[in-house]
Amino acid sequence: MILNIFTDIHELLLGLMSEEAAHILELVLIAAGYLGIFAILGLLLVWLERRVAGFFQLRLGPNRVGPMGLFQTIADALKLVSKELTGTVKADMQLYKLAPYFVITTALMSLALIPFSYEIHAFDINIGLFFLTSVSSIGVIGIFLAGWASNNKYSLIGGMRTGIQMISYELSVGMSIVTMVVLAGTLQISEIVEIQKDGWLIFKGHIPALIAFMVFMIAGTAESNRTPFDLVEAESELGAGFHTEYSGMNFAYYFLAEFVNLFIISSVAVVLFFGGWLSPFGITDSIPFAGLFWFGIKVVGVIFIFMWFRWTFPRFRIDQLLTLEWKYLLPINIVNIVLMALMVWLGLTF
Amino acid sequence: MSYFSEIINGTKTLLTGMRITGKYFFVNLFTRRDVITQQYPDNIDTLEMFDRFKGEITLFHNENNEHKCDACTLCEKACPNGSLEVLGDKAKDPETGKNKRFLVKHIYHLEMCTMCGLCIEACPQDALEWGQDFHHVEYDRSKLTKVLNKPGSKIIPGLKG
Ligand code: SF4
Ligand code: SF4
Repeated sequence: MILNIFTDIHELLLGLMSEEAAHILELVLIAAGYLGIFAILGLLLVWLERRVAGFFQLRLGPNRVGPMGLFQTIADALKLVSKELTGTVKADMQLYKLAPYFVITTALMSLALIPFSYEIHAFDINIGLFFLTSVSSIGVIGIFLAGWASNNKYSLIGGMRTGIQMISYELSVGMSIVTMVVLAGTLQISEIVEIQKDGWLIFKGHIPALIAFMVFMIAGTAESNRTPFDLVEAESELGAGFHTEYSGMNFAYYFLAEFVNLFIISSVAVVLFFGGWLSPFGITDSIPFAGLFWFGIKVVGVIFIFMWFRWTFPRFRIDQLLTLEWKYLLPINIVNIVLMALMVWLGLTF
Repeated sequence: MSYFSEIINGTKTLLTGMRITGKYFFVNLFTRRDVITQQYPDNIDTLEMFDRFKGEITLFHNENNEHKCDACTLCEKACPNGSLEVLGDKAKDPETGKNKRFLVKHIYHLEMCTMCGLCIEACPQDALEWGQDFHHVEYDRSKLTKVLNKPGSKIIPGLKG
């Protein structure tokens, strides 16, 4: 039905203008739609995080503004929008202002690759996963720039830590993705989902897939700068880390992007291990847009595990962080890839 | 070999931690049993403060309207900001026939009290104790000056004084 609306809009636009102009206008419309998704996702996830954190700590969390406190984060965002943008005189102004856009643009670009359902998938290219990992690593530059341009030692230390952390853990994320690609045999996201019609990859690949999943979850936590890997912000030592000098909307960009990144990491986990938008045993695969529901449930499940991590584990020290990556995760990962390749070669997968 | 045992041990302890916090989460999500948040203005009728909450200084009275204070004024001297004023008088004790101090008024200036608790520690009779009431807002400052001993109250008979 909604597909018909899409074609209707397409024909309406074609009637009004030339084909190329209509094409560009459609792209702009889709981009606007994704901006909306970006904002809503960010606000919703912040709310979810605060409620979940409340329950973990025997509190209630925000429950006053709107039903179940749902409008609390909207109120917070409105407050941030209305705030004055302050900055330091000593900051490197151009870079300082540019930095948040690096972060949100990369988050937005990665969002385009996420298959929300069979129908809603903006950008499906044959090197999808490769594109996703390479694009999301640009986000580090934004954080790095923010730390550098703020001209503040806390920001700088936060930025340096980001560099160390992201670059190390990107390796593990990439390696565990490669492990699953060995099993799936394709980099295109829609194809990876199709392959799982007769069983999720985590079941198909059993032991190595399980190891890859665990490594992915650990490295994913580090990638999205969440506790126990939040050395980048480390309130107790660094003020607010790289975004100490940001206020108002510029701060909100970082805040939202952090949560959208969490969503992206979780979506990638869902696509790689839990069959993306596919319903269990294909019960609703014939209904259009039902995939949206299943995808949402799975992603919220994975996000919940990330939140569980966050409110359970204490923070690492920076050398422990690097030990974990280089001495444990990376060797495990390399062995795991070989194991997975062997299993695929010998046909031991389901 | 400690390499592998470290991995296994680490995973085990992490899972133990997750089990504990997970229990908190699910119990509170479904039953709200252990939630310690007080939704203050809503539960004003049922709110019970904790025993250790420092709301105000009170003078202990038993059910016969008797207290333990013998007006020694040590609390008044212990108070760093003069929030207490003990007015005593002397009268003949009918049993022993000796002159003895008794309490007339134990005046408490709540508006000056910092809830430091030094008066409670100083009292040799353990006559003072913490009260848990915290609804102290008034439009008139003079209403915050209170008399702690209830009208007509006496010292518990036979108490060493
Ligand atoms: S609690 Fe401290 S300030 Fe208050 S009356 Fe006692 S000694 Fe004075
Ligand atoms: S309350 Fe205690 S310290 Fe104060 S006058 Fe009475 S007996 Fe003495």
